[in-house]
Amino acid sequence: MFDGDRWNEIFSSLAKNKLRTFLTAFGVFWGIFMLIIMLGSGNGLENGITKNFGGLATNSMFIWTQQTSIPYAGLPKGRRFSIVNEDIGAIKREVSQLEVLAPRNQLRGYGGGNNVSYNNKSGNFSVYGDYPEILTISPLNITSGRFINQLDLEEERKTVVIGRNVKEVLFGDSNPINENVKINGVYFKVVGVFESTKSGERADRDAQTLFIPFTTFQKAFNYGNRVGWIAANAVASASAAKVEKDITAVLKRRHKVAPNDDRAFGAFNASVRFQEMQGLFNAISMLIWVVGIGTLAAGIIGVSNIMLIIVKERTKEIGIRRAIGATPVSIVVQIMMEAIVLTSLAGYFGLLLGVGVTELIANALGPAEGRTMFTNPTIDLRIALTALAILVFSGAIAGLIPARKAIKIKPIEALRTE
Amino acid sequence: MIKLENIHKSYPMGKTSLHVLKGIDLHIKDGEMVSIMGSSGSGKSTLLNILGMLDNYDEGTYHLDQTLIKDLSETKAAQYRNKFLGFVFQSFNLISFKNAMENVALPLYYQKVKRSERNKLAIEYLDKVGLKPWAEHMPNELSGGQKQRVAIARALITQPKVLLADEPTGALDSTTSYEVMKLLRSINEEGITVIIVTHENDIAERTDRIIRLKDGRIIAKEKVDV
Repeated sequence: MFDGDRWNEIFSSLAKNKLRTFLTAFGVFWGIFMLIIMLGSGNGLENGITKNFGGLATNSMFIWTQQTSIPYAGLPKGRRFSIVNEDIGAIKREVSQLEVLAPRNQLRGYGGGNNVSYNNKSGNFSVYGDYPEILTISPLNITSGRFINQLDLEEERKTVVIGRNVKEVLFGDSNPINENVKINGVYFKVVGVFESTKSGERADRDAQTLFIPFTTFQKAFNYGNRVGWIAANAVASASAAKVEKDITAVLKRRHKVAPNDDRAFGAFNASVRFQEMQGLFNAISMLIWVVGIGTLAAGIIGVSNIMLIIVKERTKEIGIRRAIGATPVSIVVQIMMEAIVLTSLAGYFGLLLGVGVTELIANALGPAEGRTMFTNPTIDLRIALTALAILVFSGAIAGLIPARKAIKIKPIEALRTE
Repeated sequence: MIKLENIHKSYPMGKTSLHVLKGIDLHIKDGEMVSIMGSSGSGKSTLLNILGMLDNYDEGTYHLDQTLIKDLSETKAAQYRNKFLGFVFQSFNLISFKNAMENVALPLYYQKVKRSERNKLAIEYLDKVGLKPWAEHMPNELSGGQKQRVAIARALITQPKVLLADEPTGALDSTTSYEVMKLLRSINEEGITVIIVTHENDIAERTDRIIRLKDGRIIAKEKVDV
């Protein structure tokens, strides 16, 4: 199968018929090229949209309170209430399968007024009171200094971590670390600066954000023991939807909310969103594979077709070969190997060019921070190799039919064709 | 060398069948040079195809060098052809995209002889038929006589016991035909049995014996007087 002579025989018969070889190869080349381009585009779209989500933990959720909608335990409906600090401990005790639980508060510049200032500069930004654990749920990229830590919370320190845009507005090019900014009249010391890991609008929003310790937030802005909302992360093995239900059950009991009151709490569950998106991506990639394989199949059928014509054209040659001692097996091997070599080679170049083009596009689009829905449209090596394997296999199939036809020709009939 | 006994062959022609060979008995000795003559339809090509194991026969026996040749599988037939027989055709049947040397070397490829050795032998045999300077030429750059000599070199390279020639001079002018016959004679003198199918008397007269076929039967086996 692998002796040099056979290869020589194959290459010489391919090389001596250049146009035929080229036309045959082109179908396969084009098929695989299109498949790679389409797969790359699909991946680019998926990468882009996933990036937009910003590395938000896929099993995370956010829960807040709304108005009750059912009267319960002597309390009327339409009642407003807040999650409080004590609820956090209770949830941690009662709900298993929780990885991270972080209470949060947020301050806005009410009425559009500026709420954060430094020297004579000021701006309207979002201010969050947070626990360090929030980074597990919604990651940030700390570019200088540090994030708020456990000690900040325990000692209720007045420290703040600021977003890139906040830093630019208040400090320009100077170093903000250890400077004091005023938030709603209270001074906080800057301990770090961060960048968003998201893209697009979400990244802009992140850049205009400040983080201060949760405990300090409640004290400084008179929130008492009130919690704005809670962010939580289920352990990887658990269902986020179930954990969400467990948490609200605890909260309902503690706040005298009817167990069947679904409107008392609002929630955003990332895993549900992710599943929806994943479904969409799967559908797209399915479509791409179907279309791609179809294109490829057309190319391979083309090869088979041309091989049939070749066999017809080469009837005489095959007859001569058999008259001088070629066994049927050696004829079949020769025809099949020609088809395999042709499809593999053409496929390989299609693969190469396809990967080259997607890499080029990836380069042109630049790294992640692009505000586009399209990021890194490349395919991974495994898929490329799978495609190549499919190709070699189909090459064999494409060669098989003509090869079978070739050995059915009797040498005398072949030689009589004038 | 060749022993045919009561060979019958018919071809199905729609519902009926065409009885082409009606009992051929023939004995060709080792080292003989024989011609088979007959008008078209006499069955001479069929006989040659059977001798060349390119076709099967229905009845009788065919012994080649004491080996019974009957109902061979294609693979076996290919191996015997390669080992025992050399073919020369009227239309030369060279492979058009291979040069003279590669054409001559091709049978050895199927005997799994190494390329360098193959080509060395091919040059040797081309030299034998006087075409060594033409080794690198493609078939379409050669004259009819040269093509036939390349084909003969190809037939000889496996050192066959029998050389089968189907109208070897049919496409050649008479001068070239005689040259080819002279070449075949010299090959015969080296001990190879040569069987030539022809319909030209002057060609047949240059062999040792003429076997005349008519309507699928042998009507005469004449010794040629030199």
